[in-house]
Amino acid sequence: MKFFGVGKIIPYMKKYRLIIAVMITCGLLGSLTDILLPVYQRYALNHYVGEGVLDTLPQFIFIYIITIISAGIVNYISASRATQIEVSINRDLRNAAFRHLQMLSFSYYNQNSVGYIHARVISDTARIGTLVSWRLMDAVWHLSYLAGSIVVMFAVNARLALYVVMIIPLIVIMFSLFQNRLIKVNRRIREINSTITGNFNEGITGAKTIKTLVIEDKMSRHFTKDTDAMLSTSVKGARLRGMFAATMNFASSCAIAIVLWCGGYIAENEVGTFSMFMSYAQGMMEPIRWLVDCISDLITTQVNIERFTHLMNIKPDVFDTPQVVEKYGDSFNPKYQNWEDIQGDIEFEDVSFKYPDGDEYVLRNFSLKIPFGMNIAIVGETGAGKSTLVNLVCRFYEPTAGRILIDGRDARERSQLWLHSAIGYVLQTPHLFSGTIRENLLYGNPSATDEDIRRALSLVSADDIIDNLENGLESDVGEGGDLLSTGEKQLISFARAILSDPKIIILDEATASVDTITERRIQSAIDTIIKGRTSIVIAHRLSTVKDADLILVVRDGRIVEQGRHDALFDKKGYYYTLYTHQYEEDQISRVFG
Amino acid sequence: MIYRFIKGCRGMFLISIISAIAMALADMINPQIIRMAVDNVIGGNPSEFSGSIMDIVNIFGGFAYLRKNLWIMALAVVLIALVKVIFQYIFRVSNTRASEMFVKNMRDSLFSHIEHLPYSWHMKNRTGDIIQRCTSDIETIKNFISEQLMSVFRIIILLVLSVTFMFSMDITLGVIALVPMPLIIFYSFIFHKKLRRGFRECDENEGILSAMAQENFTGVRVVRTFGREEYERERFVAQNEKYTGLWVSLAKVMSRFWSTSDILSGLQVMLVVVFGAVFCINKTMSAGEYIAFISYNSLLVWPIRQLGRMISDMSQTRVAIERIRYIMESEIETDRPDALTPPMDGDIVFDNVSFAYEGCNEVLSNISFTMKGGSTLGILGGTGSGKSTLMLLLDRMYDLPENSGRISIGGVDIADIKAEYLRSNIGMVLQEPYLFSRTLAENIGITRSDITLSEIRKAARTACMEETISGFKKGYDTFVGERGVTLSGGQKQRTAIARILTQNTPIMIFDDSLSAVDTETDEKIRNALEKHFHKASVILISHRITTLSKADKIIVLDCGRIVEEGTHQMLKGAGGIYQKIYEIQSGGIKDREA
Repeated sequence: MKFFGVGKIIPYMKKYRLIIAVMITCGLLGSLTDILLPVYQRYALNHYVGEGVLDTLPQFIFIYIITIISAGIVNYISASRATQIEVSINRDLRNAAFRHLQMLSFSYYNQNSVGYIHARVISDTARIGTLVSWRLMDAVWHLSYLAGSIVVMFAVNARLALYVVMIIPLIVIMFSLFQNRLIKVNRRIREINSTITGNFNEGITGAKTIKTLVIEDKMSRHFTKDTDAMLSTSVKGARLRGMFAATMNFASSCAIAIVLWCGGYIAENEVGTFSMFMSYAQGMMEPIRWLVDCISDLITTQVNIERFTHLMNIKPDVFDTPQVVEKYGDSFNPKYQNWEDIQGDIEFEDVSFKYPDGDEYVLRNFSLKIPFGMNIAIVGETGAGKSTLVNLVCRFYEPTAGRILIDGRDARERSQLWLHSAIGYVLQTPHLFSGTIRENLLYGNPSATDEDIRRALSLVSADDIIDNLENGLESDVGEGGDLLSTGEKQLISFARAILSDPKIIILDEATASVDTITERRIQSAIDTIIKGRTSIVIAHRLSTVKDADLILVVRDGRIVEQGRHDALFDKKGYYYTLYTHQYEEDQISRVFG
Repeated sequence: MIYRFIKGCRGMFLISIISAIAMALADMINPQIIRMAVDNVIGGNPSEFSGSIMDIVNIFGGFAYLRKNLWIMALAVVLIALVKVIFQYIFRVSNTRASEMFVKNMRDSLFSHIEHLPYSWHMKNRTGDIIQRCTSDIETIKNFISEQLMSVFRIIILLVLSVTFMFSMDITLGVIALVPMPLIIFYSFIFHKKLRRGFRECDENEGILSAMAQENFTGVRVVRTFGREEYERERFVAQNEKYTGLWVSLAKVMSRFWSTSDILSGLQVMLVVVFGAVFCINKTMSAGEYIAFISYNSLLVWPIRQLGRMISDMSQTRVAIERIRYIMESEIETDRPDALTPPMDGDIVFDNVSFAYEGCNEVLSNISFTMKGGSTLGILGGTGSGKSTLMLLLDRMYDLPENSGRISIGGVDIADIKAEYLRSNIGMVLQEPYLFSRTLAENIGITRSDITLSEIRKAARTACMEETISGFKKGYDTFVGERGVTLSGGQKQRTAIARILTQNTPIMIFDDSLSAVDTETDEKIRNALEKHFHKASVILISHRITTLSKADKIIVLDCGRIVEEGTHQMLKGAGGIYQKIYEIQSGGIKDREA
């Protein structure tokens, strides 16, 4: 662990070497002017006041103004560079994290919530840039101010300087006494703060349940406990910080007292020198105060850095070999010219599989040939593991043993992007991206013409959705497509899949309730989509199930039955139970319809 | 509204104001000591100080003695510093205590207020928005109270005192020092006002970037199967670039401000230094006064710049306060002053009840039925038939408007019953129950503070949840929710049922609460319930005829109306919806298939 983990960020800083150098140089110059101003005052006091002449006043004013203006300029440069470095590094970190996440496997996405992943990309990165730019800049500034003022003091009056500097070790000791406890209190305050936020979250999200349970007062009392803890911890923190600040201020007054006591005699002839020493004695405390802030910031940010580097170090479970990348390109730079056309034959060859985070095999020596054009339905209860086969076909996961052949060749012999560009995937809860309907439709096939779009829309009989919208294809769908109804989203996502004209289509049917008319439209759209393609449908609709070429019945993660509808039905096994249950549900909703 | 929260901490605020004044005074004295040291003690000039101060000087043996014993002056500096830091400490602690108390008061009453707002309010307002108000808006107000308010106060005290001292030494130089100050304040005020627009733009673009990432991670399957990783990356990079660019230009503006105000205040200091020197030579001012003057001036330079920024920040706080006020001024539920607490085991009667949600069509029309106390009522109805609304009305989550009928329990109109009393006597399990992020035991026992573990166990057993719980590594201490295990829908429902059972209420409602449980468990739970709660009035809402068949009375709801009413025996052959569903669920489907 190199210096609070900052070492790991150095690669990201290298690009900005030049700007960092400019920032540091300007920071140095800026602190130099701050060191100079007491020297000017010394001159004014010693020369003008002491000797009673104003001979050099114009030159003095001139130099003074020049110094102030150049200080303004270098401060401008260093501050704007610092921000530039800050936001640039943040940007690079975000880009790197985002790019990395585009390659990470589904096991990662399944094990971590979207909120968690999101926080790594957006929140963690934001703190790191601030640390490496502003803290670095401050360090340069404060340390050079400290060094510079000591040098000037020694140059002017070594003995008095020695007395003043003696106070520094004392301050350092004080600092080390307080530092740990200050950091601990700060951390505790942050923890309580997030608890309080969590409480608000729960009290608001769960408000309806809280009402039915009549525990409003209990929840409020419980909440008060945390705010009490916040109050007492904050006050404790304030005591510590107050004590620390008081000691620091006291030490700085002691430095002034030392100047007065041991240096008072100077004032007789050189009032200016006396006054200069007092300025420096006071200014010396600032760097110390900064050090405390800086260390506690380093410790907080260390966590962010660790999380970020942890994310970047995660290796995808599914990856293309260098040979494959050599020929087919990677996800960001595909080499389309080397891509073979895909036929759409899928074969499971003696496949065994267990999820990376699971202990048990969910597939054992599973073999299945799915020639082009075949329709497979997978049925089973919610959470039974119906997605496993789909995940394997899409190469979201790699088989633990055995092979999956696409057009007779191991899927691993060609790139993930090659496979994915041949697959159309329609989700149970259709996912649209914010933007216009056109942007969403073109998602799978950016080169589709308006005519293609029209055809695709009419194939799934979704043209009237567009016609009814004021801006037609250019209508905004809202975040996650929220401006459209569930049924509309479903149909748009069908059209999107058709536009990319995949050889293999994967469909996760919705269980969501839509009105009868929409239901019928969706049904016929599904029939259209799977025609002429290899299809795997996670099925809820009885008609889809009944017409499938092969039904796989999944229970507790395993395939328990397989065959065509009639055979399975006559067997009166698990499929029979599932089917009749679904049939009942259908009938009931029809009765109430 | 603010005043209401300040109430409990007024004393503390007063203490911090007093110590702020004391601190500022101590800050004022030090330059005077230095001045005396330079002018009189070391310089040997006659004193300009007032008589009382000279008395103190004389106690210590006069200027001549002090000159030989400078340590006494040094000691005075140290002593005054000691006084100052003591007040500084008091200020810090009392200010923190006061503002934290203020924030605590605000958070506590906000939380409790939200909990007591009516059900309809929670349905109407977006959860995310309310959470946002409770967290970041409170944070804004907190910063204002704990930092800005006191800083403004301190700056003003400092300003008044330094100006007084400066003027007392030299009026002309005082005027010279003061003239640029309003300019600096005004400049910084205008500037920060302008800057806020830039900040808002940055925030908006950060929001877009953040949403983009969110969508990408949520839609990872779509991205991958369409092979659009590169497209997504480009889009993200572009937005990232735009956001970064906004910051860079904002930073330029900010840096320009800082350096300009650096120059402005630098020039102000220079004015004081130069004119002071001139005055010294003209003998209108002494060297000590000159040094003291510069000290006072330097005390002002930094805070003055802050002042402009703080004034401009205040508008932000105003917005935050408005947003909190919206919540605090929403009306909470109230009972009539003479609200009753009658026995709750009587008959439940719906008398010609009709109901519509605000601005919507009627969901219930002329519902009338009587349910005998201690009996079981089954309700069968499709989606949107109004069955959940019926139960919400019984629990008085919504008040029945005038002339919309009457609901009574044991002959007492529920509108006359204390809401808290009514609800704590009705145990209701919602279809999608909410569990709290606590342990399972705490979740089950949440309605009571005196509950024992054996009661919790018993409830869990009745709800067929015990086996599942003992399957967890930590058993009843298993944490539910984000930081713990995720329960399946059925497990959640069963936990919620166990939670209701510990309440031991005379009325119990199960709103489709066994939908995610398989038929066998469903039956087991019902049998256990029957054994334990034969005296309670139980309302079962379900699709399953087996669940409903044993009820003393069954009503069938369709589109907000009661279409059938009777026992299982009566309804199963009545030729209505009930019979159809009964046949679907009991009969084989083979024949119909054929």
